[in-house]
Amino acid sequence: MTGTATLETQSLNMSFGSVPIINDVTFTLRPGERRALIGPNGAGKTTFVNLLTGRLHPSSGSVLLNGHDITEVGEARRIRMGIGRTFQITSLFPKLTVRENVFLAVAECEGIASRLFRSAFHHGAQVARVDELVHRVGLGDVANTQAQFLPYGRQRLLEIAIALALRPKILLLDEPAAGIPTAESHVILDIIATLPKEIAVLLIDHDMDLVFRFAQQISVLVQGSILVEGAPRDIAADPRVREVYLGDSKHGLPAAA
Amino acid sequence: MTTIITILFFAVAYGMILYLISVGLSVTMGLMGFVNLAHGVFAMLGGYVTVMMMNRLGVPFLPALAIGCVLVAMLGFVLERTLYRHLYGRSELDQVLFSIGLVLVSVAIVRIVWGPLAQPMQLPEYLKGQVSIAGITLPAYRLALVGFGTAVIAGLWFMFDRTLFGARIRAAVDNRAMAQSIGINTSRLFSLAFGLGTGLAALGGGLGADVLAIAPAYPLQYIVYFLIVVAVGGLGDIKGPFVAALVIGLADTLCRYFLPEAGSIFIFAFVFLVLLWRPNGIIERR
Amino acid sequence: MTTIPAPPVAVIAAPSGLARLLQLVPWFVVAGLPLVLPGYEPLAMQVFVMILFALSLDLLVGYAGIVTLGHAGLFGMGAYTAGILSVHGVTDPIVTALAAMVVAALTGLVFGAAMLRTKGLTLLMLTMAAAFLLYEIANKATGLTGGEDGLQGVSFTPVLGLFAFDFRGKTAFFYSLVALFLVFTFVRILINSPFGWSLRGIRENDARMVAIGCPILQRRVVAYVISAALAGLAGALQAQTTQFVALHSLSFELSGNILIMLILGGSGRLYGAFVGVPAFMFAQDLLAKQDPANWFLGQGIILIAMVMLAPGGMLGIAERAMAAIKRRLS
Repeated sequence: MTGTATLETQSLNMSFGSVPIINDVTFTLRPGERRALIGPNGAGKTTFVNLLTGRLHPSSGSVLLNGHDITEVGEARRIRMGIGRTFQITSLFPKLTVRENVFLAVAECEGIASRLFRSAFHHGAQVARVDELVHRVGLGDVANTQAQFLPYGRQRLLEIAIALALRPKILLLDEPAAGIPTAESHVILDIIATLPKEIAVLLIDHDMDLVFRFAQQISVLVQGSILVEGAPRDIAADPRVREVYLGDSKHGLPAAA
Repeated sequence: MTTIITILFFAVAYGMILYLISVGLSVTMGLMGFVNLAHGVFAMLGGYVTVMMMNRLGVPFLPALAIGCVLVAMLGFVLERTLYRHLYGRSELDQVLFSIGLVLVSVAIVRIVWGPLAQPMQLPEYLKGQVSIAGITLPAYRLALVGFGTAVIAGLWFMFDRTLFGARIRAAVDNRAMAQSIGINTSRLFSLAFGLGTGLAALGGGLGADVLAIAPAYPLQYIVYFLIVVAVGGLGDIKGPFVAALVIGLADTLCRYFLPEAGSIFIFAFVFLVLLWRPNGIIERR
Repeated sequence: MTTIPAPPVAVIAAPSGLARLLQLVPWFVVAGLPLVLPGYEPLAMQVFVMILFALSLDLLVGYAGIVTLGHAGLFGMGAYTAGILSVHGVTDPIVTALAAMVVAALTGLVFGAAMLRTKGLTLLMLTMAAAFLLYEIANKATGLTGGEDGLQGVSFTPVLGLFAFDFRGKTAFFYSLVALFLVFTFVRILINSPFGWSLRGIRENDARMVAIGCPILQRRVVAYVISAALAGLAGALQAQTTQFVALHSLSFELSGNILIMLILGGSGRLYGAFVGVPAFMFAQDLLAKQDPANWFLGQGIILIAMVMLAPGGMLGIAERAMAAIKRRLS
């Protein structure tokens, strides 16, 4: 599952009942891109990610992967096509250990998950990858602890390990740093830094410090529509963006960098 | 023609009994998300109380029904407070096992108290005969059953749609957290709804004692029908199960008359297909 | 990058050769029982068959998280397949057992592929409706199944042409014990395989499994078909060892009982079936003889108490006791 991928949406719309959530969004994420998606609470960021991964279906418009229309492709198949994601609200296998959590993802990714007759832990290469991933996100000391007993911040890291285990070509990180103490949020950047360059990463976060250190490009989503896209310094200087964030000091934009 | 009308009438009577018994199950399952296989127990107990008071104590039919309904509603209320509520957050499997346990205990107790045989209801004189309407002769009992059932259902629907209590139940079914946050005491609401549901089941059990025979195996024998009505009708609703109960009553009655050799094969095949076609019930909820 | 230095991770290791040999000891002890307790073979083989049946259910309930109230439908399909074949002249036990597995597996495939798209109450109802449907068909197809009277005239030729089924049940005892051992070994391998782990994943969090690319419907259907084949085998063994097939083998009562037996021992624990089934059948033998009401009452109270106070069944209680002792000692 190597190679690059471009993920696009064309005039994507999504509404719950008569309430529009996503409004005519046309968006492109190119190979190797480090893009952030920001916007106030309720702007539809998570809904947008769910539309990209196929968890939700758009009311109209389309999602394209490398130019192929995948709007009708199911979630599991999109994941196998290389679209990996983490969840804003941690979603793990609570009674399985950290290693077992990661193993499930590695097994699916490497196509061994439907093997019936050989013990999971006799798959040496895959187990080695599990241990490598567990260490990469800094969970080596709790590798054999059940996920439900991890503190929340470390559950977030396990969430990322699972996403990385899928060898995504496109990685969608939905508020990965939420719940991780600010002093440690750089761990997320360190992990992203270890990814192959050709992987496209879309980061959603409210921590503007993190966003501006990470992003080469930023898209601003407001009330379900893309307000503006551009390089971080342009975004920080954009009066419309400043207006949206005005008075929201805890998410305050840094001065134009 | 007359035969067909008579059969249709029997089907409606049967459907109404199924509905009265099952509607409470639909509301409580939708409200509390509890898979309750023990709902038939309350119908059975309603039936036993009614029949025993009529047969042994000579209490007239309607008071006997009312007493059965009230007693069982109180029992339901108490059981909800003491046992059921501890299991709301638990897995479906735990709820299934718990309610099977409750069924087994009730079957055993009823068997010990009233013996293993079915208890036939001795109908009062005025319900024994036939009544002729527009040239069609119908049994008085079923006629009364349909009439009484209609009245209860009308009252129930009025309560559900027009009263504050009904509005609270509908709100809590839709979104429990939201209902709590606007000040609805869901804990009390659950107990009351459970009591009401079990009381209705008791009413259905007593009223239908001549259709679904009152015996210790009752909750095991008929639970599948009550669950079918709820699953086909949709959870947390009171109108969907009405349609479902009539459809099931009709299908089952028609099969018995016209295809007795096929028994219940069609009804189960039908339910299987309906549930595959509309997993959330025949009436689409928005 | 800053990661906390990690102590070496304990590798989950396969049991050593000696440990494997030791695991065989209980099997030899059980195989030796007829020497010590002659006359109990018929009861024992019933227990073996039910353990095998409960193991097949554990794959669904304990590992894949699929709650079914219709597992007897698959057991009965196996029993009737073996029985009907024998009445029509196919009397080799192994051939009929394999045929029973195939028929049950196909039944599981048809019903499973349809049902497993749903979940919750709908799935529960579908499993019930499917089993009731099979029961009613068997009930009405008297020409084929004997209907309410059960299928008469079932008999089988000697196992492998060597060991005839005798009146004392010796052959049946060893035949069902060997079958149970093979199935147990198979299930143990299965639950430790990547497939077995993915079932646990689906049980724990099916939405997350989809989001790591798992085709969960396909995975659950495969589990259902395997479980169906094993349940069918249990049914065939029942037909072969008792030389009779009753409608009861398809009944809701049996579906409920096997679930209770499994839960009583502890589901998702592989050995739960080995504890729960003998306990249930022994208690049933003891209590139901006097008055069925006592048996229902006891069973009901135990079920309620277990759900309220001791989830995890008898093995769960043992696990907690062991953990408490360990804490005391350390």
